[in-house]
Amino acid sequence: MVLDSAILTLDERPPRQRSASARYSLTHLRALEAEAIFIMREAAAEFERPVLLFSGGKDSAVLLRLAEKAFRPGKFPFPIMHIDTGHNFPEAIAFRDRRITELGERLIVRYVQESIDRGRVAQPKTPGASRNRLQTTTLLDAIAEFKFNAALGGARRDEEKARAKERVFSFRDEFGQWDPKRQRPELWGLYNARIHPGEHVRVFPISNWTELDVWEYVAQERLDLPSIYYAHRRPVFRREGMLLAVGEYMQPLDGEVAFEEQVRYRTVGDMTCTAAVRSSARTIDEIIAEVAASRISERGATRADDRFSSAAMEDRKREGYF
Amino acid sequence: MADRLATVASKADLLRFSTAGSVDDGKSTLIGRLLYETKSIFEDQLEAIEHASRLQGADYVNLALLTDGLRAEREQGITIDVAYRYFSTPTRTFILADTPGHVQYTRNMVTGASTSDLAVILVDASRGITEQSRRHVFIASLLGIPHFVICVNKMDLVDYSDQVFAQIRSDFLPFLSRLDVPDLTFIPISALHGDNVVDRSVNMPWYRGSPLLQHLEHVPVAADRSLVDARLPVQWVIRPHRNEHRDYRGYAGRVTGGVLRPGDEVVALPGGFTTRIKSVDTFDGPIDEAFPPMSVTLTLEDEIDISRGDMICSTRNRPIVSQDLEAVVCWLSTSPLTPGKWYAVKHAARNTRAVVKDLCYRIDVNSLDHESAVESLGLNEIGRVTLRAAAPLAYDPYHRNRTTGSFILIDESTNETVGAGILLEPRD
Ligand SMILES: Nc1nc2c(ncn2[C@@H]2O[C@H](COP(=O)(O)OP(=O)(O)O)[C@@H](O)[C@H]2O)c(=O)[nH]1
Repeated sequence: MVLDSAILTLDERPPRQRSASARYSLTHLRALEAEAIFIMREAAAEFERPVLLFSGGKDSAVLLRLAEKAFRPGKFPFPIMHIDTGHNFPEAIAFRDRRITELGERLIVRYVQESIDRGRVAQPKTPGASRNRLQTTTLLDAIAEFKFNAALGGARRDEEKARAKERVFSFRDEFGQWDPKRQRPELWGLYNARIHPGEHVRVFPISNWTELDVWEYVAQERLDLPSIYYAHRRPVFRREGMLLAVGEYMQPLDGEVAFEEQVRYRTVGDMTCTAAVRSSARTIDEIIAEVAASRISERGATRADDRFSSAAMEDRKREGYF
Repeated sequence: MADRLATVASKADLLRFSTAGSVDDGKSTLIGRLLYETKSIFEDQLEAIEHASRLQGADYVNLALLTDGLRAEREQGITIDVAYRYFSTPTRTFILADTPGHVQYTRNMVTGASTSDLAVILVDASRGITEQSRRHVFIASLLGIPHFVICVNKMDLVDYSDQVFAQIRSDFLPFLSRLDVPDLTFIPISALHGDNVVDRSVNMPWYRGSPLLQHLEHVPVAADRSLVDARLPVQWVIRPHRNEHRDYRGYAGRVTGGVLRPGDEVVALPGGFTTRIKSVDTFDGPIDEAFPPMSVTLTLEDEIDISRGDMICSTRNRPIVSQDLEAVVCWLSTSPLTPGKWYAVKHAARNTRAVVKDLCYRIDVNSLDHESAVESLGLNEIGRVTLRAAAPLAYDPYHRNRTTGSFILIDESTNETVGAGILLEPRD
């Protein structure tokens, strides 16, 4: 027996709608943008004290543009907050200050160093140890200090396995903890924003974007980025298969050799745990071509702190990490 | 100006779809293969699962491992929450809601289905249609998914037999015809060996339809959105209070139906004031028309009192405005729904409260039978209810508009999301 085609249609839609469909369709990037704007407006409307978290990287650049799209010609309904680990790429700080001035919005900075000085967290003993983990305490302290009840961030579900299941409005208990087993079901675009005092919600407007979407959006919007995203030469050394920059806080240990290499960054975080990739991509188009062809995931290539175990991210998120 | 946002069909658009299957039907293997073949798996991820496969003593790379996210799931070896996956081909970008199939995870299936344009439902060829398969189709149709693909998997175990495939199809059709399934496709596949997933199977020359991926690339989804009944739930009012925009008052929101153009006559509900659209604004400048799912800002000719939660609609096809709601509710919580109880309600951009007046019947998700005289609705159960809201809602029946026709119920003391509601035509 030969089956003609396994398609059958029980109910034909009106032809009028079909012919109009091509005209009324958005590219995937425009659809993702519309969704992100919708999420930002929901967060702003539902929470009395939201804040936008700024990391210095490309995701922050995208979030700031999306906030302009959501709220201009009005002002942003939230301040922008940077948790400064002290181990910054100077280019990221320069970018931050440039953008904030252009936008005319309010910036709050809270320092991991202050948390260390006040004895809230202990400085790790090993040389060049990452302060990524310490950020959590500084962030939660700042959330309590300003009584923020929603923190918008640039995390994406494609970054990591545990994140693939995280909600767009992601509930945090009074200790800032995420419980993956007790997540609220999230249906349609109906985000549940109800919380008790002391609890808060992390809001992720670009949950559904991939790394490539972010780059394509940077190109489409011609967004300004810290220069270290583009290929440049700098002294680096190799540790556990990754290229780390030689700098004030990071020196090669015994047996590690510094050398000069042409590199760029795929993420910008704490200098001590953000690795560079070898690259000659000097323009956005070259980066997009490289990312599209890339065979190593963004986190695998550049985040030293995720390498410990495949559950590393899940563990940190439970504690209240970004 | 409009064509800066609207685009030609040749550029990649977005398809949101969900997958459901019973445990061991091969869902993880299928998803792993789709990701692998569309080159969405990175080298380090592949290395990690190769390593994990060896630890498990498997002699092949278990692509299913790619999609198991959380630790509890890794330990139990099953998917227990909705996980989202991303891949793309030159013609389309895909967002896949990977949902677990067991009856105790009905709520997760409902969640994944709520935002999907298409449902892929797996059936094991060696076992045929099961109660679970029927439930998966029922939930997808209840949630208004317009396109269905039934993947008859493990065809290799039945010698790629066209008779087995035809039998499964004809076994399923009587059930499917009782449901609202606008577009239905059957595809015989082997997720393990790759037959008809990306490439046409050489083992099943009798099948003349498209392989799965090709089908996903070409299903026309933009046609599913209603372009007739213009709707914009107001999320946020933009009032700059700056000198250069002193009198600016913009109503920001997402178009959830119809096309909105400057000059159109609109009504703001539930208030009922009528005016005309002055401009359709975006950060990139004013545009000629806005359509779903765009996020825009409207300015209006007259200064009328509109705030968050109101809905701007065309005057010709108005939504229903009522405090009495007829609905089907999927229960998501361990503490049951009971008549007489109050819940917080979120509908479009409006928050209000509602009391359950009546629980009319429970739907047996396997047989579709209605069980009346029930006292409560428990976790993962689906039932027909009547609600009375504290404030009037402007809504459409779900089958006309999935956004203005849906709501969630929230427990007012725990703040948990406890119910997912689908609005029906009002009773007269
Ligand atoms: N023979 C055969 N086995 C398959 C096929 N697809 C999946 N399997 C096997 O069925 C079992 C369950 O598959 P899995 O993808 O984990 O199922 P899930 O529980 O639906 O995610 C595994 O042993 C797979 O290798 C197929 O097409 N043919």
